[in-house]
Amino acid sequence: MVLTSRSTGPGVLRNSINTGHEAAGTFTIALAGNPNVGKSTIFNSLTGLRQHTGNWPGKTVANARGKYRYGDREFILVDIPGTYSLSASSVEEEVARDFICFGEPDATVVVADATCLERNLNLVLQTLEITDRVVVCLNLMDEAERKHIRIDLKKLAEKLGVPVIGTSARSGRGLPELMEAIYSVAVGRIKTKPLRITYDDIIEKALKRVEPYLFNLTGGKVNSRWVSLKMIEGDSSILNTLQEYLGYDLLKDRDVTGELRSARQGLWGINSDGARDMIVSGIVNTAENIFRDTVSLEHRDYNSLDRKIDSILTSRIYGIPVMIGLLGVIFWLTLAGANYPSEVIAAFLFHIEDLLTAFFTWAGAPQWLYGLLVRGMYRTLAWVVSVMLPPMAIFFPLFTLLEDLGYLPRIAFNLDNFFNKACAHGKQALTMCMGFGCNAAGVVGCRIIDSPRERLIAIITNNFVPCNGRFPTLIAIIAIFIGGRVPGVFGSFVSTLVLMGIVVLGVAVTLLVSAILSRTVLRGVPSSFTLELPPYRRPQVWRIIVRSVLDRALFVLGRAAAVAAPAGLIIWLLANIKIGEYSLLSHGALFLEPFARLLGLDGYILMAFIIGFPANEIVMPIIIMSYMSTGSILELDSLEALRQLLVSHGWTWLTAVSVMLFSLMHWPCGTTLWTIRKETGSAGWTLISFLVPTLTGIIICFTFARVVHLLRLI
Amino acid sequence: MEAGYITLNMAPSGSTAKVKGLTSNGNIRRRMLDLGLVMNTDVEVLQKSPSGDPTAYHIRGAVIALRSEEASKILVEINPIV
Ligand SMILES: Nc1nc2c(ncn2[C@@H]2O[C@H](COP(=O)(O)OP(=O)(O)OP(=O)(O)O)[C@@H](O)[C@H]2O)c(=O)[nH]1
Ligand SMILES: [Mg+2]
Repeated sequence: MVLTSRSTGPGVLRNSINTGHEAAGTFTIALAGNPNVGKSTIFNSLTGLRQHTGNWPGKTVANARGKYRYGDREFILVDIPGTYSLSASSVEEEVARDFICFGEPDATVVVADATCLERNLNLVLQTLEITDRVVVCLNLMDEAERKHIRIDLKKLAEKLGVPVIGTSARSGRGLPELMEAIYSVAVGRIKTKPLRITYDDIIEKALKRVEPYLFNLTGGKVNSRWVSLKMIEGDSSILNTLQEYLGYDLLKDRDVTGELRSARQGLWGINSDGARDMIVSGIVNTAENIFRDTVSLEHRDYNSLDRKIDSILTSRIYGIPVMIGLLGVIFWLTLAGANYPSEVIAAFLFHIEDLLTAFFTWAGAPQWLYGLLVRGMYRTLAWVVSVMLPPMAIFFPLFTLLEDLGYLPRIAFNLDNFFNKACAHGKQALTMCMGFGCNAAGVVGCRIIDSPRERLIAIITNNFVPCNGRFPTLIAIIAIFIGGRVPGVFGSFVSTLVLMGIVVLGVAVTLLVSAILSRTVLRGVPSSFTLELPPYRRPQVWRIIVRSVLDRALFVLGRAAAVAAPAGLIIWLLANIKIGEYSLLSHGALFLEPFARLLGLDGYILMAFIIGFPANEIVMPIIIMSYMSTGSILELDSLEALRQLLVSHGWTWLTAVSVMLFSLMHWPCGTTLWTIRKETGSAGWTLISFLVPTLTGIIICFTFARVVHLLRLI
Repeated sequence: MEAGYITLNMAPSGSTAKVKGLTSNGNIRRRMLDLGLVMNTDVEVLQKSPSGDPTAYHIRGAVIALRSEEASKILVEINPIV
């Protein structure tokens, strides 16, 4: 098991590049741009799909495709990952470059941030070097206006030689014009005259020597000026891709290598770093000039408000406390706010159960069928819905709010030093934030980390963040054992502290395990790291609420229905098919009992975690069902009843804490493991990703239970 | 290195400095260039993160955080205060 490029970055991503030409008459359009400029928002508006968007760089990590019609044509839009450059110093950049260059799109839309044009022009100019068929989409015009940044779009279009369309993707402004421009460029109605950068004399001379040969050799299949530039600057990654694309190795051609050698000699001893400096400077300086000529800032300090906010949110004194405070407020709102709706939903759903029971009795249905459908499936489902939906419906909008504001990169900024000390990547904090939603998504999100070593660390440790399948389990246990016990406002305050403690523990374990991995199997030093802190943007509160409830909460519900209902069925069967005196479930639990005891759990709980492998959502329901099938069956229509059920099965506060700890630290769910396998391309790393959290959980639970017993705390 | 230049990580918060050279090479150098850190680019030092590293810089209209490891490979000259 070594870190090969196959098992980590490029190997995985490369598969996603293909030429993408489908039916004739269909146009393929690449959507390129810096990170966080609204590409996915544009993609969603045009295609009606729902790629996730968020105010932090790196939200989209793989090419997504979608279709739309405009005029008499069908367009396939490809949302490629955001990059600052096409120099291919990271996997995403390579994917982006390869798609623009070799994916043969009929047009490339470069989306640029109107509030930060100078830097965005870098990518625009680089794209113009590769392809003629470009449309520049200047997005976030609303933000630019708010900051009183004036941009002369006409002049910019003249200078660049391609259409420039101003848009505000979130409100849809300018999108019709954008589609029109894409259409015109794709069908060739608009002939573009893209700006060609004039480089330093030395570079131009070298170009003159090499380019004609390359032009002859490639027959115009690729942009020979650009390829020559890349060869002069000694970009080796492009040569491999070119070889694949053209079917032969350019460097095997005597003429080309000969010319290249003499061209290099003509550079007067400037090495490839030096040549690259000149080339990049050429681009950057051109961008600066264009920016000066087309943009006027009414207020020079247009982003002073952002700086003021940053000086608090990331300050030495307040940075970390504010971060913890925000987390606390979100958790508190989630815990305190979810209580009441939970009770209402539970009352409603269990009322329906009564109706169902009446119906089954009336219809004279056999006892086993009733037990299977109502006591098994329906009850599990009802439990999952009433306990999980409310906290999710509160937590996700709040979290999305922070995300859209642009706070997540600030978290990464605040915590980076800890990750640095653990020899891990600062962007790991971002992948952890994604893990809150879903660990599988977090694992995919690790693609924003370029270094294969650090990316693996982030993948292996992502499971220490409680995902939306485990989060409600934690909340339920806290609500049952703490919130319900400590009265009033104080109760939710203590609950919040406990939940924060769990999450902070998850972060601490992540750092610790990352540090251990960095010193053992994934030895190495931190790689270079740059993180953009994007401008704060005003979130669309209503859209966030609607989206979070529809997308996230209903998604969780759907998954619960899909997994919990059949699981309920299986568990009911396990609990009711008897071998000898005991049910199958009890046999399993009895077998696990001795080991589970060591961890502060019991056999049924451990069994529930094992059966819960496909989806963590069902762990609590399984525990409850197992207890109900073994003990006296009672109506489970309130948290208090639930507490009594657990207590009557020997739960103490140690059990509750141990379940929470084990929930935080055990094997990743089936989907996550499958994703890890796909992302790393290696069974070995998948196994390690399974073992690391599992062993950590076992060690921590065992130690905790030992200490509690030794100190006679229980 | 030439006299009068310091590395970017030494530049105090609030100051503005001009890039005078990069001492990194390969990929890291390329990444710095992509950020727009070419010769004579103005960089404003914004603030350090709570634990002192990384530091946020204002570079060509964007706010970028660099670890001191990277910043120590950027030679700058502090601009006089106007
Ligand atoms: N105010 C405003 N916000 C926008 C606009 N377009 C997008 N946004 C917001 O900007 C943020 C980034 O948008 P995304 O669509 O995720 O950006 P992206 O380019 O796909 O980002 P990556 O996938 O990270 O490369 C989101 O919070 C959007 O809601 C716009 O025109 N105006
Ligand atoms: Mg995106």
